[in-house]
Parts: sequence; C-alpha cells; structure tokens
Amino acid sequence: MLIQNTFDKICGLTDITYLFKDGMSIMFGGFGGIGTPPGLVNLILDSGIKELTLIGNDTGFPDIGIGKIVTEKRAKKIIVSHIGSNPNAGKYMTSGELEVEFSPQGTLVERMRAGGMGLGGILTDIGLEEEIVNSDKQTVTLAGKSFLVETALTADVSIVYAKKADPYGNLIFDKSARNTNPLAAMAGKITIVEAAEIVPLGTLDPEEVVTPGVFIDHIVESKGVDWQWVWE
Amino acid sequence: MGLGVEVRHKIARRAAMEIKDGMLVNLGIGIPSLVPDHLPADHTIMFHAENGIVGMGKSPDLGKEDAHLCNAGGYPVTLQVGASYCDSTAAFGMIRKGLVDVTILGALQVSESGDLANWIVPGKRVPGMGGAMELAAKAKKVIVLMNHREKTGSSKLVKNCTLPQTAKECVHMVITEMGVFSVLADGLLLTDLFAPFTIDDIKKYTEASFQVSDTLTVYRE
Repeated sequence: MLIQNTFDKICGLTDITYLFKDGMSIMFGGFGGIGTPPGLVNLILDSGIKELTLIGNDTGFPDIGIGKIVTEKRAKKIIVSHIGSNPNAGKYMTSGELEVEFSPQGTLVERMRAGGMGLGGILTDIGLEEEIVNSDKQTVTLAGKSFLVETALTADVSIVYAKKADPYGNLIFDKSARNTNPLAAMAGKITIVEAAEIVPLGTLDPEEVVTPGVFIDHIVESKGVDWQWVWE
Repeated sequence: MGLGVEVRHKIARRAAMEIKDGMLVNLGIGIPSLVPDHLPADHTIMFHAENGIVGMGKSPDLGKEDAHLCNAGGYPVTLQVGASYCDSTAAFGMIRKGLVDVTILGALQVSESGDLANWIVPGKRVPGMGGAMELAAKAKKVIVLMNHREKTGSSKLVKNCTLPQTAKECVHMVITEMGVFSVLADGLLLTDLFAPFTIDDIKKYTEASFQVSDTLTVYRE
C-alpha cells in the first residue's frame, strides 16, 4: 500500500545520518535489548560516532541491542539501572574507559518521563539511605517526609522501536517491547522511531495510540533484528 | 548455588504457601522462579514483571517463543488470562504505590533487622541495582530465598550487612535450606525447621541472633 508522507517524517536511514555526532547524548528504548531499534543501533555504529552518553534501562547483551555500541567502545558514559547482562560494560567500567551512573530502575524511567514531560525532576524516597543513589543529591522534606531530588533526563536524540507508526508518528508498541520506548520517545530533543510497520494515516484507532505523533520527528521502517536472542 | 533441585523446590514450595489468591506477585530469578510450580492450578494470582507485564505466565513451548514477549531477564514468557502491558513507569508505579503484595527474591546478605544486600559485591560484581531497590523497599511483603551460607561457609544471615544495602529493614521472611525465619520488630524468629537439620545446626551456622518459635513447624522429608 502506498503511504503518503504527509508530514515529511518518513525517511530512509541515509536521510538521518547527519543527526549523529561525536559527544552527543542518545536515549534508547528497550529492556535487555527487547524493543531496542536494531536498524538505528547499526546506523549509529556505521556512522562512526563516539564519546557518546547513552541513557536507557540497561546495556543489553554484548551483541544485542544497545550492547553492540557499548561493546564497540563508542560510549564514554552510560546512565542505566543494570549492566549485568553485558560483561563488556563491567569490564570497561573497571578499566576506567566507561563512566557509569546507576539509577534505580523505577527512578531512571521516571526521570526519563519527567524529561519528556517538560519537568525539572522528580521526588522519590527510593535510595534515600543508600549511598550509591543519594550521594551529591539534594533532599527535600514535604509534609514531614524526606525525598531525594532526582533530575529529569533528556537527550540530543532518542531512538525507539514501535510495532506500528503512521505518517504523523502515532505509535503502538509490541507487547513487552513497549517497556521504556514511550518514555524515550518523549524525552528526545529529536526522536527517531524504527517501526516494524508504517501504516496509512487514519488506520490506527486513536484510542489505541500509546505515543502521540507530535513527539516523533523521523520514522524509518525496520528490517528486523540482526542478532540472535539469548534463548535461541 | 550448590543447592540440589529437590532442595530448591523445597524452598520454593514453602514460599508458595505465603501467596494467596488475588495477590500481585513479583518473582526474582533463580529459586523464586520455581514458586509457580507449587501453586494450585486454579489460582487467581497475577504475576508482575518490571518490564511492563501484569499477568505474566509460564515459559512457552519450544518453537512458540515471541521475542517481544519476555520477562525482565530477557527470556520468553506467555500471558495469564486477564493480562495487560504497560510502560516501565507504570510497572514501577505499581511497586512504589505498594500494589505488589509479595516479592520473592534472592540475597547476598540479610541482617537481623531485615536489611537486605542483594545487588553489589564491591570490586567483584557490580551489575547495577535494576529494580531491586524499589521491590525491596515497597512490596508489601519481601520474602528472601537463599542459601544459608556462602560457599566459604560464612553465614548469610548476619548481624549487620557488610555489603552495601539494597534497602533498610525491608525483609519480612527468609527461607533457606535449613529453615524459615520471620523478621519481627525485636529480631529474627525461627518458625520452620527443615529436618534433618536441627536447631543446633542452625545456631552453629547462623551469625545473626534469633529466637525459636514456641510453635516451631518441623518438616520431615
């Protein structure tokens, strides 16, 4: 079916290569590589950019998801909740090649959401007494309760994966591959979605749209994953 | 680590007794993942996954895996009837708001006041806390399943955690291959004993101080 590019958002990978630069911050959707856009990960690798700050749930596996970029030593800093499934991340952290900021998972994703929602940060009591979380952070007392101030997260570019996108960028996701994608989608200064399927405007039921297209700048069609899942 | 299949299932079976119909339950990896094997077939318990599933079911049959339907460890699962998906903020909102009735997880150390250390061995293993802090701090009931001792022989039930804590005074119950402890306001209470272990065995291998329940349940093989 011919899809009209009504909003000029649908493009090829070569059309958006110019967006990727050394030293930039990139937020990514996905959880253990599931729901991380494979074509955009490869585009970042092929573009040769380095010194990146990566923001997302975890570092995937060595050859899966964002893990590929970490493995290739393209990141100088990562803001994540978990690196356990990617031994390379731990190795580079120990050798001093990679700066790692750990954020508790629920706090991390709420910081991403706050960034996308135009907020300055969030208040939470998670990690209030744990040094790895509370060091160098402000605490506030509200109605007699203490909270940590956790800053919002945004990024120069967000990359997300969706099941379907229409030409405006309205998105629906695929089962548990939704995970952090709707949050990353909102928090990028520029957001690129890689969709398994691009559908004509008007074919997504407005009630089922998870991410409104206004958050999306560029839409590319996915060719699927080029990695093998851990359970395969 | 080091526990045989039967022992692992013994621990999981005891943990399953703490779960009731209608509860929302989050299970960690390892022995906790065996708990559903010990629930009645017609239960109405919903399983929660941090990656955005309420109503997570068993592993799929071989060949029926869906790469986009996985648990928080990245392995394929199925759905329970009545399941829903959500994004990660909602998955953690449920935890922080106290909607997860029970979380069953592993541990490196538990202190006699219920402090939990389960995510970092400084200088050795630094995987990141993932969602452990939220689950430990906010689930209504936190049940730890673990080996009673380290491979080196030292007790994992300690007076004070020497490893960085995940959350303070959060653990409600500890189940090991030797017995079951409840964490009460005035310390640990041994409530269940797995024979052939004896109370003396447990005293010998436990650093933390504990009381023995007047109504101690003894399980014999």
